[in-house]
Amino acid sequence: MFASIVRFWSYGWIDKLYIQPKFFFSYYGFEFVKPIGEFTYLLFVICGLSALAIAFGFKYRLAIITFFLSFTYIELMDKTTYLNHYYFISLLSFLMIFLPAGAYFSIDAWRNPQKCFQQVPRWSVDGVKLLLAIVYFYAGLAKLNSDWLLEAMPLKIWLPSKYDLPFLGDLLQKEWMHYTFSWAGAIYDLTIPFLLLYRRTRLVAFGAVVVFHVLTRVLFPIGMFPYIMIVSALIFFDAGLHHRILAKLSRLFRISKERFDNGLKLTIRHQAKALGFLTAFFVLQLVLPFRHYLYPGELFWTEEGYRFSWRVMLMEKAGYANFKVVDKQSGKRFYVDNSDFLTAFQEKQMATQPDFILEYAHHLKSHFESQGHQNIGVYIESYVALNGRRSRPYIDPEVDLTEHKESFKHKNWILPFNDVIKGL
Amino acid sequence: MKKVLTLLLIGALLNGCSSSDNDPNDPSDDFDRAAMLANWADNIIVPALQQYVEELGSLRAAVTDFNGAPTVNSLQTLRTEWLDAYMVWQQVSMFEIGRAETITLRNFTNIYPADAQQIDENIAQGEYNLTLPSTNDEQGFPALDYLINGIAGDDAAIVQALDNDNHKTYLNDLITRMVDMATEVRNDWTSGYRDTFVNNSGSMATSAVNKLVNDFIFYYEKALRAGKIGIPAGVFSTAPLSDRVEALYHGDASKALFLEALNASQNFFNGKHFGSATTGESLSSYLTYLNTIKDGEDLAGLINNQFDASRTSAANLMDNLSQQVITNNARMLETYDQLQMNVVLMKVDMFQALNIQVDFVDADGD
Repeated sequence: MFASIVRFWSYGWIDKLYIQPKFFFSYYGFEFVKPIGEFTYLLFVICGLSALAIAFGFKYRLAIITFFLSFTYIELMDKTTYLNHYYFISLLSFLMIFLPAGAYFSIDAWRNPQKCFQQVPRWSVDGVKLLLAIVYFYAGLAKLNSDWLLEAMPLKIWLPSKYDLPFLGDLLQKEWMHYTFSWAGAIYDLTIPFLLLYRRTRLVAFGAVVVFHVLTRVLFPIGMFPYIMIVSALIFFDAGLHHRILAKLSRLFRISKERFDNGLKLTIRHQAKALGFLTAFFVLQLVLPFRHYLYPGELFWTEEGYRFSWRVMLMEKAGYANFKVVDKQSGKRFYVDNSDFLTAFQEKQMATQPDFILEYAHHLKSHFESQGHQNIGVYIESYVALNGRRSRPYIDPEVDLTEHKESFKHKNWILPFNDVIKGL
Repeated sequence: MKKVLTLLLIGALLNGCSSSDNDPNDPSDDFDRAAMLANWADNIIVPALQQYVEELGSLRAAVTDFNGAPTVNSLQTLRTEWLDAYMVWQQVSMFEIGRAETITLRNFTNIYPADAQQIDENIAQGEYNLTLPSTNDEQGFPALDYLINGIAGDDAAIVQALDNDNHKTYLNDLITRMVDMATEVRNDWTSGYRDTFVNNSGSMATSAVNKLVNDFIFYYEKALRAGKIGIPAGVFSTAPLSDRVEALYHGDASKALFLEALNASQNFFNGKHFGSATTGESLSSYLTYLNTIKDGEDLAGLINNQFDASRTSAANLMDNLSQQVITNNARMLETYDQLQMNVVLMKVDMFQALNIQVDFVDADGD
């Protein structure tokens, strides 16, 4: 198996670079950001440069570690912006730390032919395929629920609002289209890894990848993800195709590709250890998305175990959260204007996710205590509507949230959903 | 791949059949958002602005008359014209879009309570710049309220207090600024913005539907629910604030102004033409259209019921909301609760149904 995968990743990373400014704007000025102030700029520069370095294969190991750390740090600053595909990038870059992706067609290999290998162990490429397969397959499993398949929710809400698309706009008003999209999406996610793996269906499958992701790009505000996935899917192809692409690139930039084609096989020191470690990594990846079984209640409602489990585009959730600050001695109370503390986007995210609500309640307590208020309790009146159901009370209004601490335990102050969504 | 397509088609067909039975009407005619925007612009917003500009014209005439011959009679006429214009303002305030948004019409027209002390100072010194945002609470209806209703104890004393060049100039400057702003906004609508507005019928966050609905909710939540009822009732403070009502110095107008604003909000929701019982395409009919697709609850009906419940609750209030806060604030809080329930219905359920974005950020729906 030839190790020409660098190039495909390079596409992804360079694209990432272009959207760095967008990340930056989304983060800046957010009250939640663990402040590193002006250094945030620096962080993005580091992240961008390391991405470039990975693409060109320059000091690969150092670059990928730097990228993983900086990118993940950026993601961890504010969970408001949590997105499954950022998580995917973090995981992929973590995985790539252990892969010899700088061994061929890279600056490292150019400068030091002793580090140049035309062939790398099969498992290093298979690892990336496995991660991609997990993402797709688990996203597919998550779609096997009654809202998605039987109600065509939330697509039934999302699609009609795209009425102004050329050609598609009118079709998106039809109910059968919503069901078609729902079922097609679920089947696509579940089958595409296998179709890509199987040589005879690969080309068609890749066509499906392109169509699917271009469609999602047109229909939903999901940024770069579609392009990343399209390019990532190229890794399923034979080395032959990769070589042809590299040959084209070489002609374009007048690089001698022959210099890399030394026929050498890379053997990795500590291969057994690396393999053992990666096995543990993948076992964790396979198990983690099922952790919601440890919690009572409806996953979509409580969101306990929702993140980091490839549940993508599954719900339309809207909420309203009205916080009441009470002086527990005098009984005096007043309501909080959320816009004093949160951006509209943060407020939207906060209102539907219990861990956000709790964190914000504690923030309110410390804020008002610093203003001289004492014996503060923070209560919430909140409503959430999920996938077109009517809104209903979300958090127990009788509970003083400041008496509860964030933990992995079930949050018993979330009111019951009183409906059933069947599924995995 | 063929297999996938076949499977997918079968799946779609099966489902399409089973649930399309629920739909008595064919929901395939697209809801015409441009028609809704045109209804809003041509039958609600522009006529309301026209009326508002007219009322301000009458108010200006009354100011001119009063300044020419300050008497208790001309004061009372001025007061009537002021209240008439104030009532029409309630039908205009929520449309803070286009030029009104650029010049922050609402902030320069109706920030209350007025800063009486600063107004006195402005008049005494004769130096002020009413275009500065810091002077929001020194102008507009609340400033006029202070001058013609609250500057002295009774009408004769008020006439006396206003009967000098400095006060007359300030009165004139206030009404001139109000007329100028209203005319600017109205002219913008009639000289091109109307078409911009109606043609911006897309689904982007910046589309006219998204923007105006966001503006409408913002108005309902902040200006109507909080401003007129919640803040005086002490919902956002540790104690009630009876001096934060609208038209504080006039006294008996605060409930009427609130009810007018409530009606205007409901009329907008139902696409009811300005000054007429005819209705056109609206949020209500849009929700009904979407309901034929997803077969959910009758949200438009629920929201209308909640508007009605708020009105019923407000019927128990005194004309003077400030007095109401002092004598029996529980009634104010009841009305507030009714108003609040519609915030939830509109901001959560309606926004979800219309798929209106609060903000533009990449999101994968979780």
